[in-house]
Amino acid sequence: MKAFLLFVRKEFYHIFRDRRTLLILFGMPVVLVTLFGFALTNEVKNADVAVLDFDKGPHARQVQARLLSSDYFGLRHYLGSYREVEAAFRQGDIKLAVVFPAGFSHELDHLGHAQVQLVADASDQNTATSLVSYATSIVRDYARQELPPPAPGTAGPHVEAVARLYFNPSLEAAYTFVPGTMALILLLVSAMLTSITIAREKETGTMEVLLVSPMRQLPFILGKIVPYFLLSFGNALVILALGVWGLGMPMRGSLGLLLLETLLYTFVALALGVFISTRSSTQQGAMLFSILSLLLPTVMLSGFLFPLESMPPPMQAVSRLIPARYYIDILKGIMIKGLGLRELWPETAALLALAAGLLLLAFRSLKSRLA
Amino acid sequence: MPAAMFAIDLQHLSKSYGPVQAVQDVSLRVPPGELFGLIGPDGAGKTTLFRIMATLLLPDAGTAAVAGHDTRGGMRAIREVVGYMPGRFSLYPDLTVAENLDFFAALFRTTVRANYELIRDIYEPLAPFRDRRAGALSGGMKQKLALCCALIHKPEVLLLDEPTTGVDAVSRQEFWQVLGQLKARGITIMVSTPYMDEAARCERVALLQEGQVLRVDTPAALQAAYPVPLYAVRATGSLYPLLQSLRAYPATRTVYAFGEEAHLSLLPAATAAATTGTAEADLLGYLARAGHAQVQLRGLTPTIEDTFMELLGARPAATAPTAR
Amino acid sequence: MSGAATQLPGAVAGPVIRAEGLTKTFGAFTAVDAISFEVAAGEIFGFLGANGAGKTTAMRMLCGLLTPSGGVASVAGFDVGREPEAIKRRIGYMSQKFSLYDDLTVRENIRFYGGVYGLRTTEIRAKTEALLGRLGLAHERDALVGSLPLGWKQKLAFSVALLHDPAVVFLDEPTGGVDPITRRQFWDLLYEAAARGVTVFITTHYLDEAEYCDRVSIMVDGRMAALDTPAGLKQQFGAADMNEVFLQLARGAKNTE
Repeated sequence: MKAFLLFVRKEFYHIFRDRRTLLILFGMPVVLVTLFGFALTNEVKNADVAVLDFDKGPHARQVQARLLSSDYFGLRHYLGSYREVEAAFRQGDIKLAVVFPAGFSHELDHLGHAQVQLVADASDQNTATSLVSYATSIVRDYARQELPPPAPGTAGPHVEAVARLYFNPSLEAAYTFVPGTMALILLLVSAMLTSITIAREKETGTMEVLLVSPMRQLPFILGKIVPYFLLSFGNALVILALGVWGLGMPMRGSLGLLLLETLLYTFVALALGVFISTRSSTQQGAMLFSILSLLLPTVMLSGFLFPLESMPPPMQAVSRLIPARYYIDILKGIMIKGLGLRELWPETAALLALAAGLLLLAFRSLKSRLA
Repeated sequence: MPAAMFAIDLQHLSKSYGPVQAVQDVSLRVPPGELFGLIGPDGAGKTTLFRIMATLLLPDAGTAAVAGHDTRGGMRAIREVVGYMPGRFSLYPDLTVAENLDFFAALFRTTVRANYELIRDIYEPLAPFRDRRAGALSGGMKQKLALCCALIHKPEVLLLDEPTTGVDAVSRQEFWQVLGQLKARGITIMVSTPYMDEAARCERVALLQEGQVLRVDTPAALQAAYPVPLYAVRATGSLYPLLQSLRAYPATRTVYAFGEEAHLSLLPAATAAATTGTAEADLLGYLARAGHAQVQLRGLTPTIEDTFMELLGARPAATAPTAR
Repeated sequence: MSGAATQLPGAVAGPVIRAEGLTKTFGAFTAVDAISFEVAAGEIFGFLGANGAGKTTAMRMLCGLLTPSGGVASVAGFDVGREPEAIKRRIGYMSQKFSLYDDLTVRENIRFYGGVYGLRTTEIRAKTEALLGRLGLAHERDALVGSLPLGWKQKLAFSVALLHDPAVVFLDEPTGGVDPITRRQFWDLLYEAAARGVTVFITTHYLDEAEYCDRVSIMVDGRMAALDTPAGLKQQFGAADMNEVFLQLARGAKNTE
């Protein structure tokens, strides 16, 4: 046990003395998150909005006033028909259209609830989802603050915001950025860095000495994995916090479940890293192999950047082998839709299967001799 | 003798990597406490032999036993009792001297303090640099630290693969003094080197070339094994013209540059005549006619390098197409 | 001295290498401390020193790879600080670690290096044939260099380093790990080159090889602690061989790399 702890300590020395590792470990998540973060906040200031008001009642006017007085939105057009909304989107005039159906004010006064329709340009997915979520919260606040409080035991008055996205009508791919970044960072830190550090032992010749010692493979592997496991998990928490507080990601499901799933995914990534390390004898090789087998497929085939639905069937089939795909679905499910394990068990099962398979593969290709 | 009488017992080892035959039918036996040298150039199979002995590679054919355990079945037992220093730098360059040592001690489930006595003489010159990163040490100091790390668990058998390659002459000499001290403590040491002059510091050596053992013997016996009388020839001026003249001499059997002299052996007919002194007179006359001044000719005790070259020359010339 | 006439085309008059107070510092550390020496055309000059004595740094300055911090040096008539590119065209370089591409054939390697130095195709072809003939490698022309024994590789690498008729060839431990016979064959090539007027500047860990040099310098702690013919050095230090000379000098060293 003492040998194992010393081994772990040694790994931390390696990590904290290598600028490259530190950069990947701590620099990359921060850079990625701030980059995307800035892109989002800049877009969302004074976004052009069109209003289509079939109601013309007092509530519709007040909701409009609230929306337009916020920093996020600026009025571009008053429109008269749905056709004009479409035209405005096509011309790129507006980012968001707010539609008040006829009878909006009446329903709100008499039934206690009404619907407002938010239409966004989803070709710019991240902006669209942010706009919709800001607008939604403003509309909800209105109902809560301006209408009389509910009688005890009944549901209070509320305005339901129904979002419709142009060009990408389902909300499926919304908020891909935070889950995607998390999936990517965890994979890189866990798999790439683990494989590189094992390859480095081979390069420096220390692997030979380690092999010719009473130390077994299991403590060796665990000693390599544990530091990165801890650091990855820390990274995951940071990205999560940035996502929720910095970028307005919702957190509707169970945080406990999310963390457990994160551990599972990290485990899959580490098993991948160990497997890669058994295949490469140099750090460069491990790096290249990681980029080819982890980075590119994750970016291209996980639904992070490109929707899986629009891919040709063979690519979709390949994407079933990409761990990040399941993890992104799980993150979105928990955070955005508030789903639990009952709904997410297929993805969880897929990750478990990948973990088991990769672990088996990794241990089978690990040798106690050189060749 | 039973195999366990030997600290290292290699029988008919062969190993190839694809088409390359790295080791070919090598048999060696090293009794406990011996300082044994594997001498040969790059590509002679030294590293492959070490990796087989260190349980890192399995031979294609033959058996290898170290400290009484077979390398195939007794891998774990051997790894407990062997100290191994691979040919390349095998420390963590980003860890300090002390951190490296602590780590390797822990790896073998011991502490530096428990076995400090064994490494004290080697470690003391390093002690002032204990907080320096291993990567910033000089070649000689790196080798010493690597040796400390290989010794920290009191191994019975020490396997050192080219510990002095790329190290300057001063550090090399110090390193061999250390090996002598370790031998005095009863540790069996197998060491390889491409430097022929270091062979003389071993008790017995195996001369290797292209995966085969050319000869195993004590350095003295190897020197005595040189088949014909050997002469050292020198003259004023550069050695090169003298070498050229000697090569052109009809009775020349072999001639090689050796420091400031040429080592020369003569063909059997001339050697027979040498007993009467006529061969020497003939040679001196030839060299004088060739324009060499102050030629000195003396009989010579062959070095191990002479013997090695003799054995190389007797083989079908594979590495040396233009050798004469 | 090997005493051969200097008939190399474009050979410079006077010393081919000249260093005066050549110095290189890295921060507070003085790697090379005001060394001065001259090397004549066609001389085989042994450049010895313990690890960390400053050999590599000095050699890099002479090859135009490092700018001196102080002093001056010229190689083949060009200043190492101001005209490094001119120097690179007039020198050949070979080291134990890197010489030729293992995954190219013998002929491809020669053609590549010929191209690097701007030789014409016809010239390269003629030189290739001559070189292969001299080394006895004619039948191996299409063999991958990686498949050749180390000794052949090193001989080939040396010949390739001479392809563009450099004034000086710098050799960094060219014979490390090579068997004793091949090592001597390698020295024959050096002698032949020197006899043609090429200046040979060589570092080695084999001290018997120091005896083969016309003159030997020994660096200790960045300074040139000794410079003479092997015989002169042995006499000066009362030593039986160069090994002893080297040990006497290097023992007092302070610097390590």
